[in-house]
Amino acid sequence: MTTAAAPQAAPHAGHAPMGFWRKYIFSTDHKIIGIQFLFVSLFFLLVGGFLAMQIRWQLGFPGRPMPGGGILPETMAPGGVILPEYYIQLVTMHGTFMVFFAIMPLLVGVFANFLIPLKLGAHDMAFPRINMWSFWTAFLAGMIMLAGFFVPDGAARAGWTSYAPLSARPDLSGASYGQMLWCISLVCLGLSSILGSLNYITTVINNRAPGMTWFRMPLSVWALFITAILGLLALPVLSGAAIMLLFDQTIGTHFFDPAAGGQALLWQHLFWFFGHPEVYILILPAMGMVSDIIANGSRKPIFGYHSMVFAIVGIAFLGWMVWGHHMFVSGMNPTLGSTFMVSTLIIAVPSAIKVFNWMGTMWRGNLHFHVPMLNAVGFVAMFVIGGLSGIYMAATPLDMFIHDTYFIVAHIHYVLFGGSLFALFGAITYWYPKMFGRVMSERWGKIHFWLTLLFYNCTFFPMHIYGMGGAMRRIYDPTQYDFLKPYQPLNQFITISAFLLFATQLIFFVNFWWSLFKGKKAEQNPWHDNGLEWTLPSPAPHGNWERVPTVYRGPYEFSSPEVAEDYLPQTRKLPTDREPVLAPVAGD
Amino acid sequence: MHWWLPLKASTFAGPIDGLFIAILIITGIAFVVVEAGLIWFILRYRQRPGRKAFYTHGNARAEVIWTAIPAVTMVALGVISNHYWVQIKGRNSIPPNAYPIAIHAKQFEWQITYPGPDGRLGTADDFTVRNQLHVPVGQPVVVHLSSEDVIHSFYVPQLRVRQDVVPGMDIKAWFQATVPGDYELACSQLCGMGHYKMRARVTVHTRADFDAWMKQAAQGATGGGTGS
Repeated sequence: MTTAAAPQAAPHAGHAPMGFWRKYIFSTDHKIIGIQFLFVSLFFLLVGGFLAMQIRWQLGFPGRPMPGGGILPETMAPGGVILPEYYIQLVTMHGTFMVFFAIMPLLVGVFANFLIPLKLGAHDMAFPRINMWSFWTAFLAGMIMLAGFFVPDGAARAGWTSYAPLSARPDLSGASYGQMLWCISLVCLGLSSILGSLNYITTVINNRAPGMTWFRMPLSVWALFITAILGLLALPVLSGAAIMLLFDQTIGTHFFDPAAGGQALLWQHLFWFFGHPEVYILILPAMGMVSDIIANGSRKPIFGYHSMVFAIVGIAFLGWMVWGHHMFVSGMNPTLGSTFMVSTLIIAVPSAIKVFNWMGTMWRGNLHFHVPMLNAVGFVAMFVIGGLSGIYMAATPLDMFIHDTYFIVAHIHYVLFGGSLFALFGAITYWYPKMFGRVMSERWGKIHFWLTLLFYNCTFFPMHIYGMGGAMRRIYDPTQYDFLKPYQPLNQFITISAFLLFATQLIFFVNFWWSLFKGKKAEQNPWHDNGLEWTLPSPAPHGNWERVPTVYRGPYEFSSPEVAEDYLPQTRKLPTDREPVLAPVAGD
Repeated sequence: MHWWLPLKASTFAGPIDGLFIAILIITGIAFVVVEAGLIWFILRYRQRPGRKAFYTHGNARAEVIWTAIPAVTMVALGVISNHYWVQIKGRNSIPPNAYPIAIHAKQFEWQITYPGPDGRLGTADDFTVRNQLHVPVGQPVVVHLSSEDVIHSFYVPQLRVRQDVVPGMDIKAWFQATVPGDYELACSQLCGMGHYKMRARVTVHTRADFDAWMKQAAQGATGGGTGS
């Protein structure tokens, strides 16, 4: 066969106009669902940040009334002074909201939904209705989690890791309903992620446009595809564990309570068996989108495309064998510690490959520093610090000293804020025109980037020093300890930096909302990119394409000698290009 | 305030701080290479009129080099770390002459049982004190850790020792103090509302001091009560 399979007729072409509810609320359009995820998870990002500010106030100025804290009820902060029981709710819910309701849905809920069909040339997701349910289940989960603050005894208090038996026994944690809501919410979220993952995997396998072979897929789609596989396999473990924990709390089972024959470490094994793949769910999509942006900003093909794909797969594969590195000092057999140490150290290799290939992409490029590119390069520079600081914890003897100190707090924030969030600032700015038909302000984007980079490092870098001094996490009042008292000026410096960092994020939010209404109208292809999504109008219409496009090459053909411009869209047919032999719809 | 690791007060501090410095050097080199490279590229290859990017899809030799160097370094680091890990936490790492102390953790205190003058736990002259850990310098000490309720963690930064205390498990951890002085034992695993104040005083005595303290404390406790 030498002719292309006929592109499918567009199922949405000539669609009757829909009412407001069908169009924007109970929409099955993958782009609207992505935007719904975007609004909701940006809200939770603000909530998480707001909780963090209260944590920082208490650590910088323990026992002093928090400005504005007077509006909190007596059970949380009488007279604005944060109580210990409220403080542990804050640390628990900050972690929970940021991991499960901000970063994960921003990366996966927003961008897997928005990008996969657009970048593969599909009309929509394989299962649009399941996709709608995935969003509404996640929304419900978020509301249940937020409700924790409004029930008697307040929100969950056992840390975002919810170690049993503290989390399993209301008499020991002091939180009854809040702890149950935490479990119920995560079961809902697990369901949402499983539905979403099934959809992403099916769409990538089945709904690629003619000519979109596996190795012509953008790295963002590769990363989101592999992430979906991780999510599909990891989230059921979390849901199962959360159901067991809920049963322990409510109907008298004792899975995790040694007082009645259960096993306390079982929770940790289940949680981290989910939790470590989760870490890669939180970084792989960021890596994928950064790859797209760096190639675009460098006006150069991505360096070592195949290595980048194999590194994603390698990280995802190794990610299943490293969960025990959270448990070196948990009482787990120390011989297991040795094996988990080696697998953890090995995972530095694919991460290094990715960093060097991003640098290789920039090398001898023609670097355009638009806002997405600034954030993407910021991602590389900060992710390197987070990646390297992980090596300290991976070395078991050293982990015995810095485990559960501020060193790990610094590490996770370098990966999740310096990594994932910088990538997200870049990605949101980059695809904003295709979402809303307008461009975010370039000037305010740059101001936001530089101030964030500064205050972010002032906030999180000193935490390494604090952790090296032995400062424990989750301590309500560090001045209780003589050896931590001298660090109080450092804590205050961190707190003030954190306030400035938070204030800087308001620039982003204002820019985001202002540009929705007043931003410059976007062209079809404002970044001169090669991806399929840029062949559509901005914003892209429901159903995306009238006729599915045909793909002739990979997505990174920048500065190709074959054309005069410095980009070569995937859909542009050159005289030397041949029509794809088979539609991948028939099985690739 | 310190800008470095805390005082080295146990035999673990040597290898642990040594590893820290080794990793600091390795990661420091990687950090400088990457960040300096980024800054160089940002300055050298920024957009200019008429510049066209070098069209390349990669280089297999470069991929092999930057895969092999981290791989070899990481495996070597794993081998070295494991050598010390086995000495510190390995199944047979506890020295036979280690002085036994039983520590029972509960929300939010440490109940510390000493073996009494006979030096053996589980005999009539054992006695228990709250939130005060006394150990002799220069002798291995093994703590038998148990928990009443939730997971706690036994952590003394200056001694570079940490071990989670898990309900339903009896876990032994050992260390050998090298510098007499007063330190703090901190709970480092979130154990509830009072987690932040679950601390105990650690006193590392000279041998003579320790014997004197033991004699006095054993008398004060008169045969196994719960003293002070």
